[in-house]
Amino acid sequence: MRLKYLLPVLLAAGLSTAASANPYETTLKNGLRVIVKEDRRAPTAVQMVWYRIGSTDEVDGASGVAHVLEHMMFKGTPSVGTGEFNKRVAAAGGRDNAFTSRDYTAYFQQVPKEKLPEMMQLEADRMRHLNVDAKEFAQEIKVVMEERRMRTDDNPQSKLFEQMNAVAFQAHPYRRPIIGWMNDLETMTAADAKAWYDTWYVPNNAYVVVTGDVDHKEVFALAEKYYAPLEGRALPLRKQQIEPAQEGTRKVTVKAPAELPVLIMGYKAPILRDIEKDSEPYALEMLAAILDGHDAARFNKKLVREDKVALSVGIDYDNTARGPGMLYLHGTPSEGKTAGELEAALRAEIAQVQKDGVSAQELKRAKAQLVAGQVYKLDSMFGQAMEIGQIEAVGLPYKKIDRMLEKLQKVTAAEVQAVAKKYFNDDALTIGLLDPQPLDGKARRPAVATRH
Amino acid sequence: MKRLLTAAFVLLISQTALAGVKIEHWVSPSGARVYFVESRVLPMLDVQVDFAAGSVFDPEGKSGLAGMTRSTLDLGAGKLDETAIAEQMADTGANLAGGADSDRASVALRTLSAKDKREPALDILRNVLHAPRFDAAILEREKARTIAGLKEALTRPDSIAGKAFWSAMYPNHPYGRQATPESITALGRDDLIAFHARYYNAANASITLVGDLSRQEAEKIAESIAAGLPKGEAATLPAAPEKPKWSLTQLTHPATQAHVYVGLPAIERGNPDFFPLLVGNYTLGGGGFVSRLMKEVRDKRGYAYSVYSHFSPMRQAGPFQIGLQTKRSQAKDAIKVVREVLDGFLKDGPSDDELSAAKANLTGSFPLRLDSNKKLLDNAAAIGFYGLPLDYLDQYQAKVEAVTVNDIKQAFSRRVRPENLITVTVAAD
Repeated sequence: MRLKYLLPVLLAAGLSTAASANPYETTLKNGLRVIVKEDRRAPTAVQMVWYRIGSTDEVDGASGVAHVLEHMMFKGTPSVGTGEFNKRVAAAGGRDNAFTSRDYTAYFQQVPKEKLPEMMQLEADRMRHLNVDAKEFAQEIKVVMEERRMRTDDNPQSKLFEQMNAVAFQAHPYRRPIIGWMNDLETMTAADAKAWYDTWYVPNNAYVVVTGDVDHKEVFALAEKYYAPLEGRALPLRKQQIEPAQEGTRKVTVKAPAELPVLIMGYKAPILRDIEKDSEPYALEMLAAILDGHDAARFNKKLVREDKVALSVGIDYDNTARGPGMLYLHGTPSEGKTAGELEAALRAEIAQVQKDGVSAQELKRAKAQLVAGQVYKLDSMFGQAMEIGQIEAVGLPYKKIDRMLEKLQKVTAAEVQAVAKKYFNDDALTIGLLDPQPLDGKARRPAVATRH
Repeated sequence: MKRLLTAAFVLLISQTALAGVKIEHWVSPSGARVYFVESRVLPMLDVQVDFAAGSVFDPEGKSGLAGMTRSTLDLGAGKLDETAIAEQMADTGANLAGGADSDRASVALRTLSAKDKREPALDILRNVLHAPRFDAAILEREKARTIAGLKEALTRPDSIAGKAFWSAMYPNHPYGRQATPESITALGRDDLIAFHARYYNAANASITLVGDLSRQEAEKIAESIAAGLPKGEAATLPAAPEKPKWSLTQLTHPATQAHVYVGLPAIERGNPDFFPLLVGNYTLGGGGFVSRLMKEVRDKRGYAYSVYSHFSPMRQAGPFQIGLQTKRSQAKDAIKVVREVLDGFLKDGPSDDELSAAKANLTGSFPLRLDSNKKLLDNAAAIGFYGLPLDYLDQYQAKVEAVTVNDIKQAFSRRVRPENLITVTVAAD
């Protein structure tokens, strides 16, 4: 109930610093941080355990091990047998899963609130006591290879994206795919996964985020009970790896069975490191909203609807990450149009922003969407836990989320124009093209149906 | 007085742990069915208008008409062109969403509930529902985009498998028909106007509102939506689908993985067999990581990343479906395992332990089905559209608890007969 009355006040003040202490935070002696956001709207809770370890921490020849370990985390401990973890979550009426990114690995359970203690006990147990059994590994690595076939090998657009990053980054580990190269998966052993676990899965490399109908003091006490007995350990030094400046356009083509070409233009772009001092990442985010924030935003209006040069077009830009940033323009040309024509049209849109800037109306509209989005995001407990977890994963404090929104609200048209001029720079551009091939291109099998 | 009563009611509800959600229902003066859940926690409002106007009503040879009617509905209406609609929605921070599936065409608005935001957004929603332009040039553009998308889909193993699966399951029913480049080419503006006139009417509509709104306000908004629609008549359904004969369709494709679907038309919405099927299927392939299919296909053999079974009840008998993807050379082995698991389950049903585990999860997870406005909306809209009992959610846990092993075996023997099973593979060696 409290939320309802608090929110309009917050919004009216332009999302200024919240007076409320919610979310609450504590740090255990072993270095594990626990962040609790109380939200009493429904009798459910979410626990997420985030490890500051992702594919970016892997080395050549062992790509994919962060994700493989994520799979192995469900294979049991001395006190929780193989397959037992999922069984217990299911018995509690819960849903659970995990995900691995470049920057982090995270595990979650959504449960009726009274089941939270059991979930905390389970997560604490596998934080330090995982069995990495060779037999289980031998089965699970096959599952991961199937996952790679499904997500990447048979998906032309994912394949293009994988190849593009391998070209755009040469020194930085972002060049490797999260799921790993197939050959690395084929040669990976249980010992590799075990070494990864032993090195990185310690409380001082993790944090727990809980949202839902909970009392933060009770959650802190549970954390003390289940997580505090785990011992912390010093982590290996992680050396910063800086991608050398790109000095000229790079191009990559991927041939795959498909009907339509896909064009991706990826520009090296800045990442938010200092919430107060940085300004460009905010300006680029507003630019992305103006170009692609709704159905009549510039890209869709001009390229899809008016000129019909594209079937679809969009922008991806995430201004938070542990590593370097990229801003991607992507699209599919209409029938009868080439990828080259689409590229020229995208460049013309960018050139127009560089030359004439953006209107006050466009900026205002993007900000209105941003404000509404802050209300809508509260509709999902899981989404709120994700927001806190992701921002912490890149080394920014979740307490500054509102401040980041405030900074976005302050972006000016002049700043948007300035970043458009600075970052859409051909020397920092990587172009990826999906060159569609007929299904029967190799004439090895006719694409006809046979019925029995 | 009304306030006091509501407060007392809320207290009562919070004391009965099994209670679901209070869905208020009435018929608007103009004849639309209305479903309302008051939720004051967040300053936002969801309004969804559902019409029985899905692809099941596509005339023969014009597959894709329902989808095209829905997708062009908000591309120009009344005095607003497509740009004005999108810009004005964005100006208030509102979103317009929805789409058409086999049964239903939906238009869904999410907006802030403050009057100065809500009213302009509702104005646009009413415009879109009452006075779509179906501009000829925009239709041609959208046809071209749809055709390109269909051609692309015909290169993807999962899409190819899905299309083949539905046409094999429903050889003589509109559920099995699908849009093709040819059927989209055949669509004209007159077709859209006629389809809209026939199906987008008050008698054929259910309106669901969830959010920061009083009953009185909800009544007013619902009627303002319904009053602008023609009174019309409810849609009439085609004859029920027949059970197909066992068949195997094998399609070639150069992909590294085979896609496999096994299934048949099984059950319609509101049928009492649903609960035994739901509870039984949890053990078979619905319970995620703890299902038999997952254990046998993924955990024991490493054949697939994803393997599942589910029932999708629809207005008329919707499918029971098993799906997986596996390295093309081991597709035959994977299918064999699937058949062994299915046959074993059909013969003996779940064990007592499995039944208890299924019930524990399905009843225990009930609060997770209702913990956001979006989920409340989805539930209330489905209850409204399919005419399920208003206390469907209140009864849910008790109905799950009441299921016995024998109920499951009988329901499966009625609904999942091996002689009716369709199998489709794409890219299997």
